[in-house]
Amino acid sequence: MYFSKKTAKLMSLLAGTMLMGGVLAGCGGDNAASSDEIKIGANFEMTGNVANYGQATLDGLNLAVDEINAAGGINGKKLVIVSADNKSEAAEAVNAATKLISDDGVKVLVGPAVTANVIAESQVATDNKVPVIAPDATSPDVTVENGQVKPFIFRSCFIDPQQGTVMAKFASENLKAKTAVIYVDNSSDYSKSLGKVFKEEFEKAGGKVLMEEAFLAKDQDFKATLTSIKTANADVVFVPAYYEEVGKIVKQARELGITSPILGTDGWDDSKVADIAGVDALNNTYFSTHYSDKDESVKGFLEAFEKKYGHAPNVFAALGYDAGKLLADAIKRAGSDDSEKIRQAIEETKDLQVGTGIITMDPKTHNPIKQAVILQNKDGGRVMVAKIMPE
Amino acid sequence: MEMGQQVLQQLVNGISLGSIYALIALGYTMIYGIIKLINFAHGDIYMVGAYIGFFAITQAGLSIVPALLVSLVTTALLGMLVEKLAYKPLRHAPRLSVLITAIGVSFFLEYASMYFVSPTPRTFPAVMDSVAINIGGLVINGQQMLILGITFVLMVILTYIVKFTNTGKAMRAASFDTETAQLMGINSDRIISITFGIGSALAAVAGVLVGIYYNSIDPLMGIMPGLKAFVAAVLGGIGILPGAVVGGIILGVVEAFVSGFISSTFRDAAAFAILIIVLLVRPTGIFGKNTKEKV
Repeated sequence: MYFSKKTAKLMSLLAGTMLMGGVLAGCGGDNAASSDEIKIGANFEMTGNVANYGQATLDGLNLAVDEINAAGGINGKKLVIVSADNKSEAAEAVNAATKLISDDGVKVLVGPAVTANVIAESQVATDNKVPVIAPDATSPDVTVENGQVKPFIFRSCFIDPQQGTVMAKFASENLKAKTAVIYVDNSSDYSKSLGKVFKEEFEKAGGKVLMEEAFLAKDQDFKATLTSIKTANADVVFVPAYYEEVGKIVKQARELGITSPILGTDGWDDSKVADIAGVDALNNTYFSTHYSDKDESVKGFLEAFEKKYGHAPNVFAALGYDAGKLLADAIKRAGSDDSEKIRQAIEETKDLQVGTGIITMDPKTHNPIKQAVILQNKDGGRVMVAKIMPE
Repeated sequence: MEMGQQVLQQLVNGISLGSIYALIALGYTMIYGIIKLINFAHGDIYMVGAYIGFFAITQAGLSIVPALLVSLVTTALLGMLVEKLAYKPLRHAPRLSVLITAIGVSFFLEYASMYFVSPTPRTFPAVMDSVAINIGGLVINGQQMLILGITFVLMVILTYIVKFTNTGKAMRAASFDTETAQLMGINSDRIISITFGIGSALAAVAGVLVGIYYNSIDPLMGIMPGLKAFVAAVLGGIGILPGAVVGGIILGVVEAFVSGFISSTFRDAAAFAILIIVLLVRPTGIFGKNTKEKV
């Protein structure tokens, strides 16, 4: 980006003003701080275009922290969440992280929700040696750069390729599919990488991918492509995408008479899919996600969330809750609020029961080893058809 | 599915997609025809229309026809207000200034709506049964036929207004030479205002129908259809009402054939390639004549 001298001057003036604001705010924060608190920085998308992800994750995190504090805190200290809004932008995510670390003096960061913002934040966190837990960022690049694990960056959810593998296996083993069509969102790395993994794994299992098609986020009409997908007459159609487009694709596919199973991933995990597609169209579709609300071990979390917020949690809230539990466990084992000790404790997490399953941290990749579930949409409800641990 | 049937199905898909472009392009072309302004905010007016329809149905509990009317009237007023605040002060400014303002209005509408209604997509309630008609494997949706029908009816009504009513005559006069028209006793500002009202009402109709057909609306839903409708209007000959409809349908069919028989990733490239080719080969579009007559 190029700026004229005048713009640059103006910008530095603005930046200066903001910095001053930060310093003043910081002073206020310091007065309130006391030694029986441990500050956790929550850097989330509270406004902007993915605000619903950020807010839901923060709700889940808040619930986890409330529960921990209600049970007496950690080693006699209370956890305090200091939140900052990154406005759903990468540059703002860096600003928010800087503010939380230098002004508020947080010992550990949770968030942001989406991959790009976590990647943007990771440099600041690494420079300041503050560990980060990303609750929902599923892209492999979040924790690994050029084949090297980033020492301070962790995540508490599974990664994209795992879902591609799980669904490919499910298609060939459970559904006995021999042929598949892959239909991805070309404007999303999430969707493209899942399509790629699915193809590799499905072919490895002896299946054949007949056709690979693509659309763009915000498309409304999919009928032209779906008409040619229908011609291919594959055993399954794999659509790893987000709920808005998924709803429309499923609706239009069924309208055109595509009756084969349609498969997806955690982007499908939203009640809006059913609203858009309609209950009948959604029959005979399957998707992988992080947990099932029918699972006994998840009940406790579901009830607590419902009680606090008055509505059922979505998958982001569940992942935010998991991140909170993971962090609390690590701080407890670290025995202090020293950032390096917390970092090491997160790395050593083993067989920890969180809201949606059991987590063991892989020290080589900083990805948790965690189950995935496969849900089937059936007559307006969801049925858990498989629970798969990664190998 | 055999080849012949597939071609037919793609033709149906294309015409129904094209009729939505056509419906939006009608308003586009009408406004351009009168004041030579490419109103880039038109796609966003369409989005606002969809939201007003949505709230009229879900919050006020109206059924589809009254909701459509509420949306139509409110959006027409919004269009007139936008014209008054943003474009009227620039009546004698260079055309580029007005164009840039239109882009500004577009962003303003997008992000103001995002603030008020949140960026989360809303699902449109099912106010109309979706009947799929199956003729020997060829699937035609009842709502698609409705949209196509409404587009044609509106095209005929508009053409009638422009060609045969006094307001229409005044529109054509104002379009031909605003100042002389004013000397002849035509209130050009009023005529321009009416044009914006009608154009925006058309966008509202498109917005509500699309909301019903695709089942979901969001604050950025107007961007792509707005651009495509612009291509459709240019293809048909900008400023010419039947041109907008023909241009829209051709564009829809081309998109359907490209995504069906070549590759879905080339679809948008094909749409905008049409724009470039038309501008190079025949800038006046299919129906355009090299005379001075407009609308």
